[in-house]
Amino acid sequence: MESLSFDLSQTALREVNQFLHGADLASKVSKVSITQPDGKHAIAAGLNADVEVEIDGHAGYYAAGMNQLARVTITGSAGTGVAENMMSGSVHVKGFASNAAGATAQGGLLVIDGDAGLRCGISLKGADIVVGGSVGSFSAFMAQAGNLVILGDAGEALGDSIYEARIFVRGKVKSLGADCEEKTMGDAEKKILADLLARAGHKDVSVDSFKLYGSARTLYNFHVDNAGAY
Amino acid sequence: MSDNKSIPQTQPRFSATFDPYTMSEIRRAAATGIYDIRGGGAKRKLPHFDDLLFLGASVSRYPLEGYREKCGTDVVLGTRFAKKPIHLKTPVTIAGMSFGALSAQAKEALGRGASQVGTSTTTGDGGMTPEERGQSKILVYQYLPSRYGMNPNDLRRADAIEVVVGQGAKPGGGGMLLGQKISPRVAKMRCLPEGIDQRSACRHPDWTGPDDLEIKIQELREITDWEKPIYVKVGATRPYFDVALAVKAGADVVVLDGMQGGTAATQEVFIEHVGIPILAAIRPAVQALQDLGLHRKVQLIVSGGIRNGADVAKALALGADAVAIGTAALIALGDNDPHLEEEYRKLGTTAGAYDDWHEGRDPAGITTQDPELSKRLDPVKAGRRLANYLSVMTMEAQVIARACGKSHLLNLEPEDLVALTVEAAAMARVPLAGTSWVPGQQGY
Repeated sequence: MESLSFDLSQTALREVNQFLHGADLASKVSKVSITQPDGKHAIAAGLNADVEVEIDGHAGYYAAGMNQLARVTITGSAGTGVAENMMSGSVHVKGFASNAAGATAQGGLLVIDGDAGLRCGISLKGADIVVGGSVGSFSAFMAQAGNLVILGDAGEALGDSIYEARIFVRGKVKSLGADCEEKTMGDAEKKILADLLARAGHKDVSVDSFKLYGSARTLYNFHVDNAGAY
Repeated sequence: MSDNKSIPQTQPRFSATFDPYTMSEIRRAAATGIYDIRGGGAKRKLPHFDDLLFLGASVSRYPLEGYREKCGTDVVLGTRFAKKPIHLKTPVTIAGMSFGALSAQAKEALGRGASQVGTSTTTGDGGMTPEERGQSKILVYQYLPSRYGMNPNDLRRADAIEVVVGQGAKPGGGGMLLGQKISPRVAKMRCLPEGIDQRSACRHPDWTGPDDLEIKIQELREITDWEKPIYVKVGATRPYFDVALAVKAGADVVVLDGMQGGTAATQEVFIEHVGIPILAAIRPAVQALQDLGLHRKVQLIVSGGIRNGADVAKALALGADAVAIGTAALIALGDNDPHLEEEYRKLGTTAGAYDDWHEGRDPAGITTQDPELSKRLDPVKAGRRLANYLSVMTMEAQVIARACGKSHLLNLEPEDLVALTVEAAAMARVPLAGTSWVPGQQGY
């Protein structure tokens, strides 16, 4: 299988993305390297093939947005909305990630080695996110399904209006959002966490050092006595 | 001496301020402790297209022969950047309405009716259903803040993408779908537990402001290889600035929805008190496009209370390229039909006033997820009714355009219009009928 490299200082992004969207891509190439990304937006967005893509440097907004099947690595940091609405595959950010990392993602695994900004995992719909560092405020806002693992600290209003997603935090939580509460971590949750830590390269970290947060489910149906929470 | 019986009595007099409806709402609020939620758009009397009239041809203008001389109705949307613009045979499109808010049968009927006359339908919150894609030859895929059911495969299957920033019934507000309508299929599509009240976010999760929107639109174009027209939909509030910013962000088409535009469900107070009528919004929007040199290059679709061909013609004369209908399309399918009066009475309402769409008990089988009620709507027959209605609207607009001497609906212009009220003259920026006075212009 062939490896290919595109230099974004020489080749237009549109051309690179159209190549990556080509029919039967996975049968033609196994790895695509993208050099000189220089913070360009929407690099490797909309992939739908089981290929490996390496972005060698820093990516702008929406890197690997809506990813399906592909395994994308960003050696630097990523801008807003990395792996937003990912469906499957994986995205690994070796640096830091900006706001809304993994927003609305429905499947696949997003690994961020450094910190993530505000609203990490906002409206998460089934994907898994593992953050090696800390996350900013309003993370997992209205998160519906999936898992957000935070090895560092979480900012304010964590899990505000959360539905059925799970949040695992190893460090401190500045504050919990409306309808988010600490839960007892059972064996099933410990297994999920251990598996995610291993897949994200943190297999030596003990699951017992985490706390689990989820929905108190008091806001699922409107009741006037909860009006203050809306 | 006369007794009290012989003294003439005054009629019982209701307060204009505390009218019977207002008092009933106070009693309802006092009893329940929750705001009133309903579907539809603003019901109050508003300045509207009825306040405008066309000046037909006479000695000073030359009309076209009805039934003989051609009056074009086709419109192309998305000519700015998209490789594959949308070609419509009529400028009347179907507005975004979700599966969830509507039954699968209703969505299918909308697709059938629209496709028969060569126009587009639009998805809504909750994603694209196979029924809808299957029956809609031209389907616009809404990209909403909630991203419920958002799927890149559907994005690629769509003919155009509409980034929804807001809607006329509730500009600045998110959606809601109450638990009664979160059926197993709706819950699965939206990745939510069954039976809960679903709240949709009012802001997109991964962009804030026009600079971010520009990058978001770039991402959508990259993912779809620059093929699909990208629409941006806004509720009518500050149309000049919102349209200018949408254009700056790279929109191919701007959709502008006035406060008469319907919603599946939101607070009555929101529907009636936030946003502006579509009549007041079109000219500032067109002005923004003209100031940018992009009028007719970035197309403008307007919606909110469009009912007939006269409304279509008036919207186009004011500078829109197309219109969208929602409430009117549901009425054509069978919503609020008098033949269901007995059932509407059981729901505490009457045909024509039923607006508790969020409760999912629609006897017409349109705004419901109840399998038994949904089955009442025959998508083929309802689609035929919609197609008939769309054809009538198009022909009516042609009648007016020919009378004004126009060989295409898009040749209608503000000069063809006058206003019946000072308010409408000011909003539409056309003269008060019989005068040359346009309020707010030339220092008056």
